[in-house]
Amino acid sequence: MLLSTIYAVLFYLATAVFVVGLAYRIRLYARTPAPLKIPTTPAPVTQSGVVVRMAKEVVLFESLFKANKWTWLFGWVFHIAMLLVILRHFRYFNEPIWFWVNWVQPFGMYAGFAMLAGLAALWGRRFLVERIRYITGPSDHLMLLLLIGIAATGLLMRFVEHTDIISLKAFILGLIYFDWQPIPADPLLLVHLGLVMLLMFIFPFSKLLHAPGVFFSPTRNQVDNPREQRHLAPWAAALDADRTEAGGE
Amino acid sequence: MADHDTVTINTLFEIPVLNRGAMKDLSTFPAAPEHQEALGFPGELVDNWQIKAIEKFGELLKKSRALQVYMDGCVKCGACTDKCHYFLGTGDPKNMPVARQDLLRKIYRRYFTFAGKYFPKLVGAEDLTKEVLDDWYNYFHQCSQCRRCSVYCPYGIDTAEISMAAREIMDHIGKGQKYCNEIIAKVHKIGNNLGLPEAALIDTLEGLEEDIEEETGVAVKLPVNVKGADILLVTPSADFFAEPHVDGLIGYAKVFHQAGVSWTVSSYASEAANFAMFIGSYEQMKQIAERIRKAAQDLGVKRIIFGECGHAWRVAYSFLNTLAGPFDFLDSRYPVPQHICEFTWDLIKDGKLNLDKSANDHMTLTFHDSCNVARGSRMGDKPGGQFEIPRAIIRACCNNFYDMAADTIHESTFCCGGGGGLLTDDLMELRSKGASPRMEALKEVVEEHGVTHMAAICAICKSQFSKVMPTYGFDMDSIVSVHQLVSNAIILDGQVTEEDADEEGDAQEHAAEQVST
Ligand code: HEM
Ligand code: HEM
Ligand code: SF4
Ligand code: SF4
Repeated sequence: MLLSTIYAVLFYLATAVFVVGLAYRIRLYARTPAPLKIPTTPAPVTQSGVVVRMAKEVVLFESLFKANKWTWLFGWVFHIAMLLVILRHFRYFNEPIWFWVNWVQPFGMYAGFAMLAGLAALWGRRFLVERIRYITGPSDHLMLLLLIGIAATGLLMRFVEHTDIISLKAFILGLIYFDWQPIPADPLLLVHLGLVMLLMFIFPFSKLLHAPGVFFSPTRNQVDNPREQRHLAPWAAALDADRTEAGGE
Repeated sequence: MADHDTVTINTLFEIPVLNRGAMKDLSTFPAAPEHQEALGFPGELVDNWQIKAIEKFGELLKKSRALQVYMDGCVKCGACTDKCHYFLGTGDPKNMPVARQDLLRKIYRRYFTFAGKYFPKLVGAEDLTKEVLDDWYNYFHQCSQCRRCSVYCPYGIDTAEISMAAREIMDHIGKGQKYCNEIIAKVHKIGNNLGLPEAALIDTLEGLEEDIEEETGVAVKLPVNVKGADILLVTPSADFFAEPHVDGLIGYAKVFHQAGVSWTVSSYASEAANFAMFIGSYEQMKQIAERIRKAAQDLGVKRIIFGECGHAWRVAYSFLNTLAGPFDFLDSRYPVPQHICEFTWDLIKDGKLNLDKSANDHMTLTFHDSCNVARGSRMGDKPGGQFEIPRAIIRACCNNFYDMAADTIHESTFCCGGGGGLLTDDLMELRSKGASPRMEALKEVVEEHGVTHMAAICAICKSQFSKVMPTYGFDMDSIVSVHQLVSNAIILDGQVTEEDADEEGDAQEHAAEQVST
């Protein structure tokens, strides 16, 4: 029972840190003004054009594709596979299971391997390519190791040492509805969940902020219309007040 | 050709092996106290510079979303590592864009993030020491703020924004750069980067009028401070006398003449350049931009047109409305401001210019996209007009034109090596090496298509290329202005062409005939 309590408390904590930390960061990005128009041109000249540009960045990693085909391949496979895996995991969180979660199940099975392969290839670059080795710090290695750990334990549970999914689901639904149930004491599952919580704890304090960050990047999210529309940050508007010349407004 | 081989060129697809510390000691001349103080910065390194630097850094993080998001967002994917011409030219790993950013990011992490405060080793956070400051000074002055890296970064992380912020911080603790700060002080005092006073300007332009009349027989004017003119021309001061810039200016004058519009230069705002962008100072940049607003108001013009200058066009196109707008006192039928290429192209499109392409037959051309135009601005009303319009003008004026390799033009263009406030003799080594990717691409079209000249629309590019091209075995005058090509090709109403001179007499009639065909 002690184990279940520890995991339950940690889960609440991890969720709180993740949600509050991320919300705080997003609020900071949203509130910090962008004083100048700096889209990397050629850039869309309409707001809907910007939505398309951003979608291409987020879904296809367009700029990365232009930059380096191998990095793009490994990175894109890893992210898409992770997305499928996470969608597949929704079956532990809701009852009855949403219909679309069933649709991703078949892909999800193999996605776990694709995710692991992508991560391994990305990690390999950090040793094999001199330039990448130079820019890699301990945290960059650990981040990959953490995700590899999550994927590996997940796959082991899926294909080698099955865990008791029914009780696990009861435990999780119990957390959601404040009706606590015991956690199955499988070492693989405990490690898997431990690492997932660690990921949630560090998310708002690490380079994983690239996920919300990309949406706030002025070089990608600004409309190219500076001649048509005057763009002015609040702190910069204050400087206009000092205009001394005659004929100004 | 290749009797200078002081610089070996890497082939375009060859990424250099890391040469650690190769450029560590290349340090641009520091600003003297009077250059610093003229801009309101401390004269020399202040005593509590660490504290002041962190304070300023904190302030900038609050003022700029780009800086805040880019400090957090880099995942060290390495996509940018082989995109910087200075890295390609020097092999110094600190010239890889991400490593350059990390010089600032490690301080950000140490002083502004939870992870860096409590686990500095883990996330590569470091204290702000004298060594770090020296690295800042040297490597943030080895970035031409060309933004090539930002094109390839999956989050658009813009190293230019980061090096601008770093320079702004350094200026505020008394560690500015001589080249930029001295020039900015000159603009404030005299009105242009070269310190050319009004009388000298008028004199120079009169001289050009005489030259044009001698060459063409047509009295083309280059007016200064004419109240009530329709168009205010703001152009880089290099256009007033340096080669090949001045040939471009002559080209603008002929185009204006032929269009029959009234125009003027202002001696008060006799400079398009705005070096304050390079030092990342919004306040300085605004002050310089306001001169143009004031000149436009004082002279009562209806439109503002900028001459060929790369970073000036970025400031003009992307920032002028923000810095010195709104421009509701100008004629709303025209965009404010316009680029001279937009003006000329509109005339060509409407068949209003009589162009004789064969006048440029002695040249085979290619076009160098200038970074700030390519990646920081636009021309015309469609994205990418900044690539199409200058090329369309060249094609209308020349028979022989070939583009360089696709990954070295348009938004992938390589910097000339001298942008971003680095066009100074004390950085000559960096400038030569940084030009190598562009020179390599040029060499390819020279060998394949017999290209003889490269055209550009940026004063910095033109000056940089005339200086470094000889190192690569090219003639210094193989760099030309786009409007120089227009100037060669254009046949003005009433112009005495060579054939006319041969035929003797009736020159006027013949020219009139030519125009009507
Ligand atoms: C909006 C969502 C996201 C976008 C657009 C995105 C995009 C990217 C891109 C373009 C890269 C660089 C290429 C690469 O190395 O893979 C990257 C790297 C990375 N992403 Fe994401 N990502 C997103 C969400 C996430 C999430 C939710 C996580 C983690 C749970 C994550 C973890 C990582 C990691 C660890 C790396 C570094 C890989 C390495 O070390 O090479 N990303 N991301
Ligand atoms: C509360 C959160 C999570 C729980 C309760 C959980 C639980 C599980 C369980 C029980 C399995 C075994 C599936 C089976 O036997 O069919 C599994 C597999 C897996 N998990 Fe998780 N997991 C969680 C979060 C995550 C996260 C955030 C990731 C990725 C970043 C992840 C990646 C994987 C992978 C790759 C597999 C193997 C492939 C698969 O079955 O889809 N898990 N997880
Ligand atoms: S902005 Fe240009 S010079 Fe600066 S790091 Fe990026 S590619 Fe290099
Ligand atoms: S491309 Fe962008 S995210 Fe990748 S290492 Fe360079 S700056 Fe960082």
